[in-house]
Amino acid sequence: MIELYVLMGLMIAGAIIAIEVKNLLSAVVAVGVIGLALSIIFLLLKAPDVALTQIVVEIVAVILLIRATLHREIAQKSCGHRPFGALMGILFLGLAVIAAIVTFASGLNPFGEPLMTVSQFYPVNAISGTGATNVVSSIILDYRAYDTLGEATVLFTAVIGVLTVMRSVGKKKEEDLQENNE
Amino acid sequence: MSKEHDRGMSIIVKTVTRLTVGLILLYGIYIILHGHLTPGGGFAGGVIVALSFINLDLAFGGSISAKIFSKGSTAVVEALGAVMFLSLALIGMKYGGFFDNFLHPDGNAGQLVSAGIIPLENIAISLKVSAGLFGIFLTLIVLQKFESEKK
Repeated sequence: MIELYVLMGLMIAGAIIAIEVKNLLSAVVAVGVIGLALSIIFLLLKAPDVALTQIVVEIVAVILLIRATLHREIAQKSCGHRPFGALMGILFLGLAVIAAIVTFASGLNPFGEPLMTVSQFYPVNAISGTGATNVVSSIILDYRAYDTLGEATVLFTAVIGVLTVMRSVGKKKEEDLQENNE
Repeated sequence: MSKEHDRGMSIIVKTVTRLTVGLILLYGIYIILHGHLTPGGGFAGGVIVALSFINLDLAFGGSISAKIFSKGSTAVVEALGAVMFLSLALIGMKYGGFFDNFLHPDGNAGQLVSAGIIPLENIAISLKVSAGLFGIFLTLIVLQKFESEKK
């Protein structure tokens, strides 16, 4: 388990660097470190499906972030002293720590325990029930296909949103050009 | 040297991309088609397919892959994937319920042609994800760059 703690420490360090560093490119690289460490953690916890998806989506996200931030002037705002915000942050953190101590005082169960009825059902019945040897695939596309439909709808909405917003900008610029010509 | 050669990254990156981009595309298709046998599936494979097109754009600069796979056709392919996924779910209504695995008796577990409609659903999701992500990349980055170059 020691490697898990090392990777988690790496992720926390990457998050802090991503927030604190001034250079935007360095911040994006630090975010990439978080995603890579998370992917290795998924692999160590024996979830190769999630690890594959995580590393691939992280690559796309880092490419998009680098291309969107590089060579582009983004207004840098320096936030001044906010005593009220800092106070609320400390209060929230303190309450979270107290709640965690109260909850975990009696000790935690070991990882993956107790097994629930559903998680006992899938490994036994998935291969004979659906014919797919990848049990994760049989769950997300057969037993729980409604969830996948929702996920597909989320992506569909995101793409429609991006296409719509960007198209309206292009149209307006063309109209402006025509007005200028007239 | 034509003007096309000046765009994009150095000649080393271009040569390596020319050699590897087909393998990346093939690996994505492998992940999609074996989604019901090995780790991976429609989502991860679709993102890898989109990444192979993005890789071409990044290395060669400009609109190389926009010529192969234009913004209009990404929208068409994405809608096609969504319609395919939903129609598979609706055909199941005839056999027993929404998302019923009506093709299940075909093939044995562990073979490429098995698991009923799960591989077909993987293909539908991969069409959606690859076209959707590449469409976002095109609109956010490549076409924006053309706008700023026109000015």
